[in-house]
Amino acid sequence: MISQFLAPILTLAGLGLFFGLVLSWAAHKFAVVSDPRIQEVLARLPGANCGACGLPGCSGFAEAIVKDRIAIGKCKACSQEAACEIANILGIKLTAKEEQVASLRCHGGKRAKDKFIYQGIKDCPSAAQTLGGPKLCRYACLGFGNCARACPFGAITMSPEGLPIIDSQLCTACGKCIEVCPRNLLVLLPRKGEVYVGCSSHHPAKIVASVCSVGCIACKKCDQVCPDQAIKVVENLAVIDYDKCTACGKCIEVCPRKIIFWRK
Amino acid sequence: MDLNLILSIIIGNIFINNFILFKFLGLCPFIGVSKKTQPAISMGLAVIFVMTLSSIITWCVYKFLLVPFEIEFLRTICFILVIASFVQLVEMIMLKTNPSLYHLLGIYLPLITTNCAVLGVTVLNVNMFFKQGQGITGSFLYSALQGFFAGVGFMLAMLLMSGIRERLELVDLPKSLQGIPAAFIVASLMSLAFMGFTGFKF
Repeated sequence: MISQFLAPILTLAGLGLFFGLVLSWAAHKFAVVSDPRIQEVLARLPGANCGACGLPGCSGFAEAIVKDRIAIGKCKACSQEAACEIANILGIKLTAKEEQVASLRCHGGKRAKDKFIYQGIKDCPSAAQTLGGPKLCRYACLGFGNCARACPFGAITMSPEGLPIIDSQLCTACGKCIEVCPRNLLVLLPRKGEVYVGCSSHHPAKIVASVCSVGCIACKKCDQVCPDQAIKVVENLAVIDYDKCTACGKCIEVCPRKIIFWRK
Repeated sequence: MDLNLILSIIIGNIFINNFILFKFLGLCPFIGVSKKTQPAISMGLAVIFVMTLSSIITWCVYKFLLVPFEIEFLRTICFILVIASFVQLVEMIMLKTNPSLYHLLGIYLPLITTNCAVLGVTVLNVNMFFKQGQGITGSFLYSALQGFFAGVGFMLAMLLMSGIRERLELVDLPKSLQGIPAAFIVASLMSLAFMGFTGFKF
């Protein structure tokens, strides 16, 4: 009678005790010694696991920083303060890097005329491969939002116009959106540059005028008005030299197509 | 050793009584980890590994502990205890001795410690290969085989599902169907297709 009660209790307790002991023994025997600095570095990384550094996630990058002394600058999303703290943990000096932000070089949207009505997969590379893309301008944003989906920080939203809007506060310049854009419309520009050109068309003025109402027609008005010679027209497109630009805003006023913008 | 039985275990567990699509066990990883092919393969490998070894271990526990003490009714709780601690142990040993394999199976190992498919295959082994508290001849081999091929069937279902879902990503679906709802519909259609195998008798 008593064994009917005892057998299950003892068996379960015995099993539990046995496995508990085995596990605690194994925890000692097979303990993996890891560098405590890896955890400290990991805590200071952005933690988005975006993979822009080319290593598997932030934990892989933290391990590579500590073990192989890989450059912290490889993490494009890491803020300046965090990079300094990591450098302190490792006891190394940090060379300053310029902060950047992703910018869209097209403001066509619905104003860029359609070549045909595209009804295929709602995906930028697929659209770009269909008869050279559904827009007449070869440099126009296709507006299917691959960049918004690729952004690990939620910095890109699609406007009703069908154009990506980049929140420069959230953008960490990781470069994910630049990789996925089939038309290379996104570029990293210095964060300190407050003015940027919202077009990347190298088409001659005649073509631009016929396909888009907000394309650069290379009129050179910005070039003439700039007091610092910071803006030049190269291959039918205005380009700003951020080393010279003082953000006076004169080019913005003079541009007839309204495609030079203040960064929001 | 009964070759017919072995053949029926192999075919039965992969196709006819597929754990996911016929028995509806282990549906959580089936929906959760089937978005891309690579994680699905890792998960499948981890399941094969754990199912085979848990089948072997629970057979030993049942035969040498539960049957002699006549406490077969403790089977479920004992099996859970054994499987959970065993997977923990394997995880520790693997991290120490074979980090590359650990990173391949990685986070999926602890996920399946208490997966119902793993417990299901061990309980099924006991139901099928023990008669009146005594193991039938070759029950150890049958249990191990059943564990392994149940895992293979699981991996097959995961692979099919992940392949379909990768392509489904590009399809222009209504917003209310995108993601999980479409996956559920696909899963039920696949299940219907696998039900067709029940007509075969081995």
